[in-house]
Amino acid sequence: MTAPRQADPGYNFAYLDEGTKRMIRRAILKAVAIPGYQVPFASREMPMPYGWGTGGVQVTAAILGRADVLKVIDQGSDDTTNAVSIRAFFARTAGVAVTTRTADATVIQTRHRIPEAPLHAGQVLVYQVPIPEPLRFLEPRETETRQLHALAEYGLMHVKLYEDIARHGHIATTYAYPVEVAGRYVMDPSPTPKFDNPKMDDCPALQLFGAGREKRIYAVPPHTRVRSLDFEDHPFRVQRFARPCALCGAGDVYLDEVLLDDAGGRMFVCSDTDHCEGRRQAAGDAR
Amino acid sequence: MYVAVKGGEAAIANAHRLLAEARRGDPAVPDLAADQIAEQLGLLVDRVMTEGSLHDRGLAALALKQARGDLVEAVFLVRAYRTTLARFGASEPVDTGAMAVRRRISATYKDLPGGQVLGPTFDYTHRLIDFGLAAGSDPAPAAEAEAEPQADAGVTARVTDLLGRDGLIEPSPRDAGAPVGDLTREPIDFPADRAVRLQALARGDEGFVLALAYSTQRGYGRTHPFVGEIRFGEVAVEFVPEELGFPVPLGTLALTECQMVNQFHGSAEAPPQFTRGYGLAFGQSERKAMAMALVDRALRAEELGEPVTAPAQDQEFVLAHCDALQATGFVEHLKLPHYVDFQAELELVRRLRAEHAAGRRDAAEGRPDDAPDAGQDAADGRQDAAAGRQEAAA
Repeated sequence: MTAPRQADPGYNFAYLDEGTKRMIRRAILKAVAIPGYQVPFASREMPMPYGWGTGGVQVTAAILGRADVLKVIDQGSDDTTNAVSIRAFFARTAGVAVTTRTADATVIQTRHRIPEAPLHAGQVLVYQVPIPEPLRFLEPRETETRQLHALAEYGLMHVKLYEDIARHGHIATTYAYPVEVAGRYVMDPSPTPKFDNPKMDDCPALQLFGAGREKRIYAVPPHTRVRSLDFEDHPFRVQRFARPCALCGAGDVYLDEVLLDDAGGRMFVCSDTDHCEGRRQAAGDAR
Repeated sequence: MYVAVKGGEAAIANAHRLLAEARRGDPAVPDLAADQIAEQLGLLVDRVMTEGSLHDRGLAALALKQARGDLVEAVFLVRAYRTTLARFGASEPVDTGAMAVRRRISATYKDLPGGQVLGPTFDYTHRLIDFGLAAGSDPAPAAEAEAEPQADAGVTARVTDLLGRDGLIEPSPRDAGAPVGDLTREPIDFPADRAVRLQALARGDEGFVLALAYSTQRGYGRTHPFVGEIRFGEVAVEFVPEELGFPVPLGTLALTECQMVNQFHGSAEAPPQFTRGYGLAFGQSERKAMAMALVDRALRAEELGEPVTAPAQDQEFVLAHCDALQATGFVEHLKLPHYVDFQAELELVRRLRAEHAAGRRDAAEGRPDDAPDAGQDAADGRQDAAAGRQEAAA
């Protein structure tokens, strides 16, 4: 963990002005009050590009306090370029403590993964969302999709999943797998692998989703029912890997495939680098 | 062996140092000053200000320098800076009718009050490279007009005002005094009103708006346009401070305004008359102002009872995709790692291929006619399976 430090005096705490933060907090409160509902908010132009986490960054900026400990991951790793960049942004503009350890963090901003270690009460998981609308690729018009949500008319989505089964024998959606939140709204979990979907259900941490370019915020409050859409005869199933992590031996985690050479050599390692390191350290200590 | 995934932080810092060096270029060549950019690449600066939604020549020029001349990147810098600026209030509407005109042309009238003022324009130049510029020659001084004796010199009536007197063209919508939406402060709510649409078009990418405008000319939502007028010059900006209660001048800014005049056959409610498309941009940005005016008119299709059939008439399509920053951010985010999702897709494709191969094998056993082809796929499947075993062993 890196201790708190002096924030850049040229900017307000966590970059955004207090008026903007209040506006975002109001959107967050509404989102928490209506789980899974996409709340429009006046997304600002941030000093990083749209599509690179501006929604998540704005949510994080709005909820961050001086005592918070921030962790930023991308693809499960703290060390990927964009995670490094966002962590450095908040270290500079907010001066908050940053960490790579999931258990130590109070706010975790993420892109494409949910940490393997179970989250605990009091933590906030902030997702970066590219396309918040789960129905977008079935119906491109915002005016239409808002109406479909209002009427809870999710037949389109079920037809899509059914067509997958008819064509491939099983549902061919592997990430951004749609979920139903608190028995009402169908929600896009952001492009996390469906492997992570079960972690969203009854999660003790607050889950906030920010889509900057699309100007939407949505939320899953702690201990909310999150159900991955499926059919009775085709129940939802997560990916299973045939082999454990080559580094820490974990068998119940999501793995990255790493190419080792140009002769087909490859290995499978934990996508969650903090989890992997923790396990290896524990194993070393035990020895 | 383990591929290094650590070290991102140092690599990023080094990449940025390399960028700074690349931006400077050969140190033997004199450093480019922001005022040189502002003075000599003025139209580029105008475009950065227009798409950046911020009138500040010095800042736009500096952004261009920092961005190594990358236009969208410069717009990005200006917009990110703009976010942090406090809002003191809204100016009074600028009066383009009182513009100190530097250029003003109409394609609908041969001559008109105020005349055709060509001003500084590329029109009618032959696009031949001027090798004299490479040698750094100074141009001959511009010709000067004789001082005009009239008292109202400099005030040029707008063509649309002249047409409006006869009721031939729809009037400008009245200023109802209602607050104007601000798409940088509120998310767009579809359907968006015309003011918000015009804001989006004004800061929209010139290339995209141009292409849309062009598409209407080629039949995708025809609007039968005439350039009523294009004018470029300085207008005064006034602001009413709350404590004073009367307008005080803040200064002037250069604007380009385009009023398109479009044919309209009338409807049950409205008699046949010309309708308008409107374009406005900072500085001298004629292409942008014209394209904007064409698309503005196309987007009015629904309001005027015309069928909405073409992309340029579809406001969700136009407004959601015209912003260069949103577009570039999302397109370029594909550079970011996608290992996790790709892994999920890899697993799926492998599974589908194995199932496919198994299916073909079964079919091949039943029907020998298909044997050669299926045999090949089955072989692929076996190879995949073998690769899988190899991985398991690794």
